[in-house]
Amino acid sequence: MNKKLQTRDKGCLRWWILPLAALIFLLALGGGVWAQSPGDTLPPSPPSGVTAFDTPNDAGRNITIDWQLSPDDVRGGKTVKGYDILRSESQEGEFEVVGSVVAGISTFQDDKVDNHKGYFYKVKAKDHLFSESEIVGPVETSGQWYNTNRTVVLIFVVLFTTLVIYFVSSAKKGKKLYVRPIPGMDAVDEAVGRATEMGRPILYILGLSTISDVATIASLTILGRVAKKVAEFQSKLIVPCYDPIVMTVAQEVVKNAYLDAGRPDAYDESNIWFLSQSQFAYAAGVNGIMLRERTATNFYLGMFYAESLILAETGNIAGSIQIAGTDAVVQLPFFITSCDYTLIGEEFYAASAYLSREPKLLGSIKAQDWGKLGLITLIILGGFFASLHIDAFVNLFTVGH
Amino acid sequence: MAIQFFIPHQISLEVYRGALDWLMIIAGFTMVLGIGSLIIHHTNKLKHQGEGWGYSVVTLLGLVVMAIAGVRGMGIDTPFMQIFIYAQNPIQATMFSLLAFFIASAAYRAFRARSFVATLLLLAAIIVMIGRVPIGAKIWPPIRDISNWLLDYPNMVAKRAIVLGVGLGMISTALKIILGIERSYLGGGK
Repeated sequence: MNKKLQTRDKGCLRWWILPLAALIFLLALGGGVWAQSPGDTLPPSPPSGVTAFDTPNDAGRNITIDWQLSPDDVRGGKTVKGYDILRSESQEGEFEVVGSVVAGISTFQDDKVDNHKGYFYKVKAKDHLFSESEIVGPVETSGQWYNTNRTVVLIFVVLFTTLVIYFVSSAKKGKKLYVRPIPGMDAVDEAVGRATEMGRPILYILGLSTISDVATIASLTILGRVAKKVAEFQSKLIVPCYDPIVMTVAQEVVKNAYLDAGRPDAYDESNIWFLSQSQFAYAAGVNGIMLRERTATNFYLGMFYAESLILAETGNIAGSIQIAGTDAVVQLPFFITSCDYTLIGEEFYAASAYLSREPKLLGSIKAQDWGKLGLITLIILGGFFASLHIDAFVNLFTVGH
Repeated sequence: MAIQFFIPHQISLEVYRGALDWLMIIAGFTMVLGIGSLIIHHTNKLKHQGEGWGYSVVTLLGLVVMAIAGVRGMGIDTPFMQIFIYAQNPIQATMFSLLAFFIASAAYRAFRARSFVATLLLLAAIIVMIGRVPIGAKIWPPIRDISNWLLDYPNMVAKRAIVLGVGLGMISTALKIILGIERSYLGGGK
């Protein structure tokens, strides 16, 4: 009997589960419908103030569409889910969706257009219904020949170029220019002389960047000066390279330096070779050279990354005189700690002129000094005006894309 | 390239992209020169049995093995990739990890309080290091703010000053090369 009762109980359970599930389903359906009321039959308000224009300062083929958000696109109110941007080549033609953005966004860039062709746009606000804005257009796009956002940079470049040309021509006319001593560069003669006395080679590292980096070019110019001194002192110069193009240029630079010094016979191309284009393989290779060859002097001039300290510390342990120079701000503390002399930032770019003592090259250093004075003045003025909440002065120097 | 910075037009963009493409092509050819130079250098070392010639054997062997493995394919299950993942990567990681020890030895030298300025540097370093770890704020809560102030003001001022100088130096060097004032990198000039 108990068994029968248990069976009937289970039957009872099955009997009321089905109506309950149906009730829940109906409630959910009803709730969904009620949630959309009372505006469920009305579409959201359309976006207003739609404007479409050729995106400025670009290569063309890009139209920007801006609009004001639908009044229903507000937090807590009736929620617009997003906007569709529609485009047509004629006002009466068929509009196609070219992009969508989520609610709260009021701009879109259409980059799938052709230059010199008219386009019409409208924006559709959508939830489960939708409404469309008025049509705007026609809008044509074209590439610009000048980026107005970069006028400040252009003005600065023109002014600085004028300064360089002025000081270079002044120097050519014989005007004496004072350049403050750079201890790192003054030590080059001493470092090369020491290597000669000890009968050990000099190691020159051009950094881990390519020929398109200004730091590498600056390093190559210094290499020319150092190689000439090495040739005069009849010492040995080793230049393991990270980049094959840099290696080719370095070979030419050193070859010509030896020619200038009147010692073309002493030039050995095999001392300037390609080591590796893998950062830590290069570091390992250079460390091996330092320890095996027991280099008397190490030059680290160019762009460096995480390997800077690995190289400089190994050189330090090996007891070499070390002269470093880089524009990589992050690596400077490592070089300062581990090297005897470090050329900091601009000193590195001034080194070639400093070593050559050529007046026209020294003229460019003078121009740099005047450029710095101009920048310092602008920074002081900027600080002054910003303290007075006069933003117009600071905004003058805003550079866009 | 400098002109392209101010001219966004399609033509200027195409010239710029063309220059970059040519740079890639030239770089591809110079890789042949690079590998040639590497082989000549190490072959000479082997011939003369100079100090550390054994490393040259390893280098040349590695070059040949990787070249042969590369010819057979570079997919994920190929010998090339297996050697890369299980030999080259750990070796590189080992070199990189040496940095930790070198930082310790360099920091020891840099932070010795031998003068007033060196003492200042030591104090600043202690504050910044302790301020950057969670336990620092537990020991003394204001240390985090002092650490941030040191990084955001004195440190940032120095960094920006260097960056401004570097910017001017770069423009000056570029101008010297464009105007033909500096030609030593081409092997010319005095």
